[in-house]
Amino acid sequence: MSRIAIEVENLGKRYRIGLLQEEEQDTLGGALLSWLKAPLTNFRRLQRLSKFDNGDEADVIWALRDVSFQVEEGEAVGIIGRNGAGKSTLLKILTRITPPTTGRAVLDGRVASLLEVDTGFHPDLTGRENVYLNGTVLGMTAKEIDRKFDEIVEFSGVARFIDTPVKRYSSGMRVRLAFAVAAHLDPEILLIDEVLAVGDAQFQRKCLGKMSEIAGEGRTVLFVSHNLPSVEALCARAFVLDEGRLVFSGPSREAVSFYLDRQVFGLASGVDLRHHPHRLPGDREPIFESLRLLNGDGVETSSFAIGEPITFELKMNLGEEVLDTPFITIAIEKRGIPICALTTRFMVARPFLLTGLATARCTWRPGWLTPGEYTISRVTLKAGASAERLDHIDEVLAFEIVERDVYGTGKIARRDTILVPDGTWHFF
Amino acid sequence: MQKTLVHPTSPKPLKDTAVPTGKVVITPPQGLPRIDWRELLAYRDLFYFMVRRDVQVLYRQTVLGLAWAFLRPFISMILFTFIFGRVARVSSDGIPYPLFSYAALVPWTYFATVMQTATMSLVTNSSMLTKVYFPRLVFPLTPVFSKLIDFLIALLFLPVFMVIYRVPPTPYVFFLPVLIAIMAATAAGIGMWLAALAVQYRDVNHASQFLAQILMFAAPVVWPVSLLTSRFGEDVRLLYGLYPMVGVIEGFRAALLGTVPMPWDLIGVGALSATVLLFSGAYYFRHMERRFADVA
Repeated sequence: MSRIAIEVENLGKRYRIGLLQEEEQDTLGGALLSWLKAPLTNFRRLQRLSKFDNGDEADVIWALRDVSFQVEEGEAVGIIGRNGAGKSTLLKILTRITPPTTGRAVLDGRVASLLEVDTGFHPDLTGRENVYLNGTVLGMTAKEIDRKFDEIVEFSGVARFIDTPVKRYSSGMRVRLAFAVAAHLDPEILLIDEVLAVGDAQFQRKCLGKMSEIAGEGRTVLFVSHNLPSVEALCARAFVLDEGRLVFSGPSREAVSFYLDRQVFGLASGVDLRHHPHRLPGDREPIFESLRLLNGDGVETSSFAIGEPITFELKMNLGEEVLDTPFITIAIEKRGIPICALTTRFMVARPFLLTGLATARCTWRPGWLTPGEYTISRVTLKAGASAERLDHIDEVLAFEIVERDVYGTGKIARRDTILVPDGTWHFF
Repeated sequence: MQKTLVHPTSPKPLKDTAVPTGKVVITPPQGLPRIDWRELLAYRDLFYFMVRRDVQVLYRQTVLGLAWAFLRPFISMILFTFIFGRVARVSSDGIPYPLFSYAALVPWTYFATVMQTATMSLVTNSSMLTKVYFPRLVFPLTPVFSKLIDFLIALLFLPVFMVIYRVPPTPYVFFLPVLIAIMAATAAGIGMWLAALAVQYRDVNHASQFLAQILMFAAPVVWPVSLLTSRFGEDVRLLYGLYPMVGVIEGFRAALLGTVPMPWDLIGVGALSATVLLFSGAYYFRHMERRFADVA
């Protein structure tokens, strides 16, 4: 029997969300009084951020609850779950960034995390200086970095600029250097959170290669990602987290299908958003009322033929509030891979106002996407100079794209690509 | 690729690493905080590079560069000489006022800078705080060391002024390291207290500027301790000495300029309260540390 590298028992983490709404005063006297009392109430509110009385208050959430599992040495395990399911909280506890509220975790071996790789990078320092700084931040000693320095620089591919201040690097170069440092930590247990989202495709492949190399060397890897295909490729086993609880643990292929089955509540042509279970908690009243999908003929449906335009009709209740050119975003995914984000931020040239019961209608010409199930992974509303989040719902609903004989050959491309190519062949 | 792990099932512990290689048990925080000296020692290289970063970055993109280390106490000296020396005619124990105030401003500038930088250290580094684990004490303690460079540069100019004003040093200059240690301990203690408070209560950042001013006028920077004792009697002297910077500043003047005999009583009481500040600061910081990542 193999050694246990990570053992987690009944792990839980409680957070207090946001600061409580201020009470509004409508008389001058009341306003004056509350203004005078403000320091005292502010003090109480700030103190409440880290104090809990009985744990059942309205603004307390359990980001993680009663999570138990074991990971054997040398295993690569994926963790999947939608936003806010507790994946990052779990990693933050395991990396000792934040303490748990309940339970315990035992890690046997040297732990390294790739939560955010370029922590500690200082723009005014050179690449060389930053390698040392970042390396020691991650827990290496100067001697250890001396030893690995050449390798790190070679892996990063920025050798020519190693004595240039990092502020003159492109963001890609920076990330590459940072990942190179982190990849050379030689940990026995590696915790990774979505680093693959960065860098160009070639570098991403390099990172994936490095990670499977690490996993192949008999080290333990815990890999948190949205990217389901890479979880399947890298990990033999996976956990599914939902609302802070561990709801599935098993072979990664089964975990992915469990996750997809659970996340999608059947295909739907429309959904009531007022009491949507996946709304991110916040201080405000919900604004989104409903979302409907319409086909080219204006008929409500959940299935669209390849190439057919899809119209999203989003109803909002803004009450008295007037929003000047807010950012509305509808993001589409297929099996965890982002397809596109339809956003007023870039797609709308002229300013517009929204108030009361408002409707936003967006028609999307998706091109020839391969048939299959697609999800509206996120609908958000942001407004104001600082783009304050007014409403946010994840995993809103699912629709499907169905086959159509686009070439007149009766056949189309395989389902595991993203696009059905819209092209022609000529011969001379 | 460094093959440090020879056999997949028997990982060899790596010797040269700060991260613990044995079992790490993570549990909810309970009871009194503990200061993990071994861990701090293991992370000494991080400490070194943080201090180096501070020193390297501070004067980048400045015209005057390291000259600022001297200019800050020097400009204050000119201002104070004019206001307190000429206009208000504050006593300076028979020493030319510029020299009298510069000897105090050198340790004071260090103390005030460390206090303010340490207070801000967790807030300015909050991105590191929420992403990687390492002993958080590194943050408020970094300026305690990095600002010593500035302090030493400013201190080197003191002999220049002493030559100009023809004031010889006393043999007690060899006790300066003791005074410097008390000064650094006081700055570290207050820095840790304020840094821990500032994460949750951002008011501390706004208040620290005024606190520095209040503390300066409370310390014998622009006036001598003899002014206080001549008005309130010798009884208040030891009580006043509880503020560690009193012994440090009077000690600097006594050792370098011979204004008064070495104030061993003030230095002794000050060393005691500096120690209390240092340890209480460290424990309070450790106590608050559990919450940093959640409220930062």
